[in-house]
Amino acid sequence: MTAAPLLAVKNLRLSVRGDEGVARILDHVELALPRGEILGVVGESGCGKSTLARAVLGIFAKAATIESGEINFEGEDLLRLSDREMTRRVRGRRIGFIPQDPYLALNPVFKIGAQLLAALRWHAPPQLKGEAARRAELIGLLRRVQLPEPEATLERYPHQFSGGQRQRLMIAGALAARPALLIADEPTTALDVTTQLQILKLLKSLTQEYGIAMLFVTHDFGVVAQLCDATTVMYAGQTVETGPTAQLLADPRHPYTQALLACHPDRSQTLSGIPGQVPSPLAPPPGCRFTPRCRHAAEVCSRRPARLVRDAPAHFVSCRLADERQGVQHA
Amino acid sequence: MLVLAKFAKDKPAVLGGLIVLMVVGIAILAPLLAPYPGDVSASHLLMRLKPPSWEHPFGTDNLGRDILSRVILGARGALMIALMVVGISMAIGVPLGLVAGYTHGWVSEAIMRVTDVFLAVPQLILALALAQLMGPSLQSAMLALTLTYWPFFTRIVYAETRRLSASLFIDALQCIGAGTLRILFGHILPNAISPIIVRATIGMGFTILVAAVLGFLGMGATPPDPDWGLAIAESRQYLPEAWWFSTFPGLAIFLTVLGFNLLGDGLRDIVDPRLRRSR
Amino acid sequence: MPEPAPQALAEARPTLEAREVVVLLGGRRRGLLKAALPPVRAVAGVSLALTAGETLGLVGESGCGKTTLGRALLGIQREQAGEIRLDGAVVSGLEPREARARRRAVQYVHQDAGAALDPWWSIGGLLEEGLSVHGIRHLSERRAKVGAMLDAVGLDGSFTPRYVHELSGGQLRRVALARILLLQPRIVILDEPTSGLDLSVQATVLSLIADLRVRLGLSYLLISHDLSVVERMCDRVAIMYLGRIVETGPARAIFKTPRHPYTRALLAAAPRLEPGRQLGGGSLEGEPPNPRALPSGCAFRTRCPYAAPTCAEVVPALEPTLELTGGQQEVACWRWREIAAQPAAPNRNGARP
Repeated sequence: MTAAPLLAVKNLRLSVRGDEGVARILDHVELALPRGEILGVVGESGCGKSTLARAVLGIFAKAATIESGEINFEGEDLLRLSDREMTRRVRGRRIGFIPQDPYLALNPVFKIGAQLLAALRWHAPPQLKGEAARRAELIGLLRRVQLPEPEATLERYPHQFSGGQRQRLMIAGALAARPALLIADEPTTALDVTTQLQILKLLKSLTQEYGIAMLFVTHDFGVVAQLCDATTVMYAGQTVETGPTAQLLADPRHPYTQALLACHPDRSQTLSGIPGQVPSPLAPPPGCRFTPRCRHAAEVCSRRPARLVRDAPAHFVSCRLADERQGVQHA
Repeated sequence: MLVLAKFAKDKPAVLGGLIVLMVVGIAILAPLLAPYPGDVSASHLLMRLKPPSWEHPFGTDNLGRDILSRVILGARGALMIALMVVGISMAIGVPLGLVAGYTHGWVSEAIMRVTDVFLAVPQLILALALAQLMGPSLQSAMLALTLTYWPFFTRIVYAETRRLSASLFIDALQCIGAGTLRILFGHILPNAISPIIVRATIGMGFTILVAAVLGFLGMGATPPDPDWGLAIAESRQYLPEAWWFSTFPGLAIFLTVLGFNLLGDGLRDIVDPRLRRSR
Repeated sequence: MPEPAPQALAEARPTLEAREVVVLLGGRRRGLLKAALPPVRAVAGVSLALTAGETLGLVGESGCGKTTLGRALLGIQREQAGEIRLDGAVVSGLEPREARARRRAVQYVHQDAGAALDPWWSIGGLLEEGLSVHGIRHLSERRAKVGAMLDAVGLDGSFTPRYVHELSGGQLRRVALARILLLQPRIVILDEPTSGLDLSVQATVLSLIADLRVRLGLSYLLISHDLSVVERMCDRVAIMYLGRIVETGPARAIFKTPRHPYTRALLAAAPRLEPGRQLGGGSLEGEPPNPRALPSGCAFRTRCPYAAPTCAEVVPALEPTLELTGGQQEVACWRWREIAAQPAAPNRNGARP
């Protein structure tokens, strides 16, 4: 039984105009996140994963244009909403955000309590009335994210906390409005590995407890393996493969996913890389953008539009090999 | 080149650049451009205070001299003062700022305290005092302006040097054994150029203005110099009938200062190492 | 793991050595308006030895002092106590400029390779500069050496007119390497050589580093928080926590049988590709203590799952575990024998220590 996904991105194309030309950052990106699940978006630098996460939040560069596509969240297309509507109704309230660097997201001259309570004031669920109730709710949240001495925490400034503690503060702030979806953009990349483990465990238990879905952007396949129910792999602005994490790791079907996993120290003791370079979005190769570096490249690859094809139950791949396996033709 | 392309998009900056180029061109070619080059010193009392006409587009002054020619010729003096003041201020202020910013301890403190003292001196008062001592002249005006302008350069170079000294590439240079002089002039100075150029450009305009004020007060240029400020001073008693006498020199000052300011603002944005390209 | 040449290991005397080095950072004397601030013991008595031709890994998380130790060994950071010896000669106790002049055989590659290069200069200029600083006067000679070194690091002559912002992370790292290798060092300190690099690029950079070691006869001190990098590149490893070394030994031994509870926690925390195993298990609780107010005795005891009352009394010293696995493994923990007897989480290869 498949209920409609909480978040569905369809055929998203986004480009940014700059000094040197038009950069086609996202090309026919597709994504589906069911309610209450954790979806990992994995890719290397320049693949567009952060741009995608911000697009869902409605945050775009000034010179960005959405050329096509829809972002369906709870039944409505977010791209059709005005920025004002997004700010009031969606961002921070229905969709929460956990950034990569919490220090940049917090105002250094205000106390933590003041900042988080302000967020609560704007986005609190209606049953929380009055400052006292909001404060109590916040203290409860700080306790739930395992910050010691929540009352004292409210009186401190951001620079008095460590990286891991600031990230917990961001998580508490994001949860305050009881969103249906959390977007986390590399939230543990800047943390030590032991702190990262703590934060990942916290996120897992919180999303389960509150029934929140999460879109988790990262470059680390190991993190995705531990945390995410399903995974989407991106390369140079295209979604190349998506499926349940365990299945994707056991049986990667796209040549890029295979090559990338082969680089991981858990899979190979020798030092192996992927020959070639990620193409610049200013001059992307036509069709499948991995073609110049792919071992199985064929003539048809440069003509094949990026489109996910169902290659196994719940496992989708954008590759001519999958097309051939499934007997699919592209016009 | 990417730098020029970016500059071209900033319209006020382009306007400023064109004005400055025009003023510089006029200054260089002044004797050729002025219709009556002899009017630097000659006088034609029969022609005095004639309104603008075909022979004299800007009119004539109280001694019958062609105002257009005197404005053109005055450009030379204005730019010369500005160049010398700003140039010497930079020559004093920039090295002091570099040393103060890179070293710690008493040398740095001493330099900055001396800088503070000079910053506290008001320009015009010093100019008046020097004019009393040395006799009013262009030289006394220039000395006063230079003495009060170099601290601005020291201040900004000090701030930039302090900031850059903490950067990783300076640390890397120290790791490979680069000497202090090489670091200061080869690495810190080029990266600190942006605020220096901006201040120098705006300083040109500012100096011209102050020099004009001093000329107006009689503390700078002396007659019969075609100095713009002096012209305005001389024109006072003939207002409002001979409006052309003060208007055109005044417009010259206004346009020149505006040009330098706009250019300086535009330069601030483009002096950015990321615009350097190999192709 | 690359095998070092047998002769190199046979040499008894280390090429670079630290004995009880202490580095204090960040102290402030009482000023007019500011209170006095005691300094932090970033490096609290570390002894280390690097043998010619080997790669020694220095592992730890942020704040453990590994970068400070690396910079102290380089000479750019003055040490407050202890001795540093280069080929047996004492080179410590000097101000940074002198120390660098005496320790020219030691060079350093910064963690952020791009930020360590002047954005105003071209790549060619940056590479040549080291040579002119060290007295190579003729332009043609410098150009020739730069050309040869660019080849050696896998770049080509087309890079010389380019600028820093035009290069990718991997390319910048190669340039940074080339720059110091032109100075012909014998010992290179690599600070997080893979940070900020994509996985597919990491491997090529690490290959290059390993290759250069053999070709140019170098010894490396490899500082990293990434255990997989250390496992693949290093002959021996030292683990640091809050300014002290808590465990050291041959890389193979450390990764197969980690003895110190912190090492075990580090190994257990690295996210692994087998799905869903780690988040249910134990993890290190709490935060590292404030380095200005270290707990008495073993600094790790506040987070250690095996902490006992004795741990608060005296700081444990490194003692050998007397393993016979190709070099001594040393642990700074009173209870290592008891801990070794207990089962732990399986490590990377699936084996239990």
